[in-house]
This record gives sequence, C-alpha cells and structure tokens, in this order.
Amino acid sequence: MAATRRTTSLLKSLIGSQLRHYSEGVCTVTLIPGDGIGPEISAAVQKIFTVAHVPIEWEVVSVTPVKGPDGKFGIPQAAIDSVNKNTIGLKGPLMTPVGKGHRSLNLALRKEFNLYANVRPCKSIEGYKTLYDDVDVVTIRENTEGEYSGIEHEIVDGVVQSIKLITEGASRRVAEFAFDYARNNGRQKVTAVHKANIMRMSDGLFLRCCREAAEKNPDIRFEERYLDTVCLNMVQDPGMYDVLVMPNLYGDILSDLCAGLVGGLGLTPSGNIGTQGAIFESVHGTAPDIAGQDKANPTALLLSAVMMLRYMNLPEHAAKIERACYATIKEGKYLTADLGGKGKCSEYTDEICQKIAAE
Amino acid sequence: MSTSILFRTLSGQIKNLGHRNTGCVWTLTRNAHNKSNSPLAQYGGRFTVTMLPGDGIGPEMMNYVKEVYRYAGVPVDFEEIRFDPNSESEIDFFDAITSIKRNGVAIKGNIETRENRPGQISRNVELRNELDLFTYIMHCKSFPGIQTRHKDIDIFLIRQNTEGEYAMLEHENAPGVVESLKIVTRANSERLARYAFDLAVKEGRKKVTTVHKANIMKVSDGLFLETCTAVAKEYPNIEHNNMIIDNCCMQMVAKPQQFDVMIMTNLYGNILSNLACGLIGGPGLLSGRNMGPKYAVFEPGTRNTGQSIAGKNIANPIAMLNASVDLLDHLGLDHHAQLIGSAITKTINEDHIFTPDLHGQATSIDVVQNVIRNIQYETKAKNWGGSHMGR
Repeated sequence: MAATRRTTSLLKSLIGSQLRHYSEGVCTVTLIPGDGIGPEISAAVQKIFTVAHVPIEWEVVSVTPVKGPDGKFGIPQAAIDSVNKNTIGLKGPLMTPVGKGHRSLNLALRKEFNLYANVRPCKSIEGYKTLYDDVDVVTIRENTEGEYSGIEHEIVDGVVQSIKLITEGASRRVAEFAFDYARNNGRQKVTAVHKANIMRMSDGLFLRCCREAAEKNPDIRFEERYLDTVCLNMVQDPGMYDVLVMPNLYGDILSDLCAGLVGGLGLTPSGNIGTQGAIFESVHGTAPDIAGQDKANPTALLLSAVMMLRYMNLPEHAAKIERACYATIKEGKYLTADLGGKGKCSEYTDEICQKIAAE
Repeated sequence: MSTSILFRTLSGQIKNLGHRNTGCVWTLTRNAHNKSNSPLAQYGGRFTVTMLPGDGIGPEMMNYVKEVYRYAGVPVDFEEIRFDPNSESEIDFFDAITSIKRNGVAIKGNIETRENRPGQISRNVELRNELDLFTYIMHCKSFPGIQTRHKDIDIFLIRQNTEGEYAMLEHENAPGVVESLKIVTRANSERLARYAFDLAVKEGRKKVTTVHKANIMKVSDGLFLETCTAVAKEYPNIEHNNMIIDNCCMQMVAKPQQFDVMIMTNLYGNILSNLACGLIGGPGLLSGRNMGPKYAVFEPGTRNTGQSIAGKNIANPIAMLNASVDLLDHLGLDHHAQLIGSAITKTINEDHIFTPDLHGQATSIDVVQNVIRNIQYETKAKNWGGSHMGR
C-alpha cells in the first residue's frame, strides 16, 4: 500500500508541472543512436536541436550487447548508468541479433528501467495524405506484463500454454498515468480497451483499476469498450476516440493500427514512461538497405524528441520544432522517399533548420 | 471421406436443380451436399435446423430470416431454443446442444452470459467448444454499392475457434495477481491449416498468410506458425507467407487488397475480422460460419448482441440474412441460396436500401421487404408447378 502511494506521488512529481529543474539550465539527455539508419537520423535531430537553441546536452551511448559474466548478452553497464543518471533518453531503432543468448534488446531496456507505460500519439499530418484525415488518438499501453510476460511452457508434446499476467499494481499505475496524461495534454476522454467478456478475471481486474482511477479523476470522461468494437469503429470513424488505455497485447496491436491510419511507423513518435524517468524512441526498423545513403526519414525520431521536450517541460521549444517539421512536410518540397518524395535526409533536415531559424 | 470433397464453396457452381434427373431428393442431399459426417435432419423433404435467437437484436433478426425463407419457399423448419440469461441452470444450454447434435446445423444470434456463478464461461464459447467447431470462416468481400475508403477487398479469414486466448482458464494466484492461459495445440493448428489450404484450393485462391506474434510468444505462436508452415509444404501450388499481427493490422488499413486467405489464432481472428468488417462498411453486413468435423453453426460475422439498438427497427438485417444464405448453401439448397443471395446483393448494390449504420435512413423492415420484393420478382418468372416444386 505504502509502495503504491510512494509510486503515485513520484509519478505526480515527474509528470506534473514540478519539473522546474528541467527548464533551468542545461540538462543532459542520453542519446542511443541505434543501428542501421539510427546514427544519421540521430545526427539530424541533434542538428535541429542545436539550431533551435534547446538547452540540452547529449550523452551518446551504445547499447550493442556485450557478453556478461553469465555468458548471456546484455546491455553494457555504461549505458545503464548513463540513463539512470540522466533519467531521460532518446533512442533510435535497434536491431536484435538473431541467435541464442540474445534477449530482445527492447525488452531488456524496458525491464531495466521499469518503463511501465508506452505512449503513442497518432495524429494525421497535414501534407501527407492518407485515407483517414481526422485521426487524433493517443494510445497508452501497459508495457511490463500482460501477454508479453514471456512465461510459456510445453505441457505435453503438441500442447503449449502461454500465460498472460495481469497485476493490480501495474494496471492501477498505467490507469492513473493515462488520466494524468489526459489532463496535462488537454484531452477530454479516456477509453479503456479490454476483452473482459472473454477474459473475465484478467481483463476484469484491469477494468476495475481503470474504473477506480476514473472515479478519482471526475474531470476527464471515461468509457470502456471491447477491443473488437474499437477496431471496428477505428477504421470507420477514428474521431470517436481520444485517449485509449489498455493492456500490453491490445496496445501493441492498436498502436500499430493507429500508426497505419496516419501513414505508418516512419511518422509516429513514441514514449516509454517509467517510474524514474523516460525513454523516447522511434519505432520503425533499422532499414539496413538504405543506411548511410542519406535517404532516411528522421521525422519519427524528431517527433519523439518533441514529445521528450514536452515531458521535460520545454513546451515552447517543442512547439517551435514541431511547427517547422509539419510546415516542411506540408510544403512537400524536400520529402524523403518513404513519403513519396525525392529529397535527401540532409535536405529535409536543413529545411527544418531554416524554418526554425526564420522564426 | 476425403476432406476436399466435403467442402463446398459459397460462390461455387450454381446448378439448375430443376433439370436434375439423378435419383430422389434424399440421395442427392446425403451424397453430394452432405458436409458433415452425421446425417442432416431431413424429414419429408424438409430440413430441420436449430435456431438460437440469442439476445439483443437476435430475436427480431430471426423473425426476418423466417419471413424471407417463407417467401422464397425454403424447405426448412426451425427448432427454436431460447436462453434465459437470468437463469442459473444449464438446461437451456444442454437442450441447445442436443438439438444441434440431432439436426447437424444451427443458426444463431449472440447469446449474452450474465455472471451468475463464479468461473462461468461465455455461453457462446461453451457452445463452440462442446460442438468442436474448430474453425470460423468469414468471407470479407467489398460491396460495390457501399461507399468505403477501400475498394475491392476480397479476403477469406480463417480463425481458430476453440482454443487460443479464449480457453477461459484463469486463476488468481495471489490477491491482485491474475493469470490467464492461452492454449495452442498442434492438433488443432494442423487441422485448421489443412482446412484453410483445402478451402484455398477449392476457391482458386493463390496465397495464404499466417498471422502470428511468434517473435514475442515464441513457444505458443511459434508452434502455430511452425504447424501452418509444415502443412503449407503439402500444397506447393499455393503461396504461403506469414506476418506479425501488428504489421498485419497496419497493412490492412493501408492496403487490404494484398491479402487473400489468412489463418490465425482466436484473438487475432477477432481483431482482424472486426477490422475487415469495419473496412467493408460496418458490423451489419458480413456473416461467419462456425465449422466443425460434424456440425455447422451460422451467425452474423461480428458476434454482437446489439443491445442498444434492440427493438428500434434500425438494426441492419443483412448480416443475419447472409448467415441464412450460408446455411442454405451448406444444406445443399443451392437454388434457394442463390435466390436469396442475389436478392440481398441487389438490395445493397443496386437499390441502395441502407440502414443508419450504413448512413442511410431505411428501417430494418424496409431492407427485409426490399429483399422479399426482389425474391418475388425473381420467382414470378419461374415455373413453380409440377415435380420441380420447391427445387
């Protein structure tokens, strides 16, 4: 009980407007460039931030797995120490090497820093037309348990079970975060997505925690919907939903669904919030086929960095960079290949820098 | 009997049964059209089919089915079993099971299950498990007459129907910690994959996609994927690929035309079938078939009770009517299936009679009456007298 109260107050102090120390002076942020196109898009973001005079110092670390004393590959200690010290990180795409002994790197990062909520705002971008114009949805997904607990066994030959774990603590934490996020970002409604008609106990527990959080936050509207209903409605009328909160698997699927509505993973920012800090990342792949050729699109990483600035309570810088980015896409002169243009990454970056400098 | 002969297609050859001269009605049905290993209940030339109206809009939809069947002269009698959601006893449920086992086929709406006793599992799930309806097939085809963002979608969704995430095995280990088990078996995955590939062959499809999340759930979805891939090797003429569920959802909303036949476990099937229904125009259009080795149950595709629109005459009856057409096709009543099927298609694509869920102003009854009108128009041209009566 005391632990939950402590966590809640820590949460509130992190997310609320008490992040005063971030807006004074320069703060250090861990930067993980990643693999493939990671280094070039990270360089692009750093360039844009310099032009925008953002009071941030970058500490670049690599998370390429090193062999630990137990023979298993894991994140190097230097990276762990850096993120723990700075409490904020920006990460590019990572490639998990295939083979025995390599655990999923993303999963390892999540466990190491206890990143319990994944936030993905999906907004239709003016200038990049998709079949859906009016998308403005934020998916908040529980990030530590649920179907991705990794607890699986073969009971007898040919019969396998996979365990989905739902705990009250984690569900309550993410539910309360969802409402706080909604309030701090001017959102009106939180929808809990579940399948409690089938998974009565597990999703039932999750739903109960969401309802309790809703009672504590009467200023935000709350509704609960079945997962299939949300999918059905999302592709017909995305304007019906505002903030969605859900367990791990549904969140994974729905957040990718919403990303697909606005134009794909190359344009979607993502943030992982933990109890002691946060890591913001781009969720697309490493694209090894275009790495090093100045063809990559830095938009996803840039928008994630903008999310990071808002989290650090630097809204003016965030708005400035975001405006420049959207304006560049709207103009359509320097779009990269994945957006249907012929421009280079460097040209796109320079155009954004120019727009920022012009303001 | 080899599996491939047993499966018939909805859009398969429509034979002009009026000119058939091979034997009597009984033999015809049992040998050529009988899809189950148990005999279909056919007495005096008429079939008996179990009807489970369910809750919400179910009962009104069933009335429309009976109306349409009457006008089309369909030789089917319904044995209706109602579930009382407030009762704690299992009598209704056992009656329904006995009836379906006797008749071989059923048409149903969605049954609401109140939590009357702890650990009660959904009646719909229980029904499927009891009758071993291991596969759920939904044919998602765009209607040219409906305005949608995506056009020319034509996907067969084949979903595992009895296990997976819907095993409904949950327990609370410690207060505040709940575990839910997802079960995947090689046997069920294999017969699902075989069914899917046989269907693909029968329908002339070129590609089968297995949808999974085996990068994270390595053992369970890994087994499913491995089994499907192994079965795929026995069908070298059909292309097989696999896709992770989140990427699949993204592709579905961007370019659904790339998919042909898709196989998946229970939950992913739920998500993708609702997604597909949304892309085609809404939950009121498509129907689904629950098939097992012995029995078949037909229902509207998205399995909703529609409680909020019950009794208001605005629900879309097309889904249930399409389920009734699937039923006729399964029974071998091709002529009637085609009659009602084309009446429905004409109502949507040409007459544009839309209920509010399709942004129209018609009521449910308007749609049904239009379907009946189309049937009457067709049947006027036929010769209904003599030995070809009813066939």
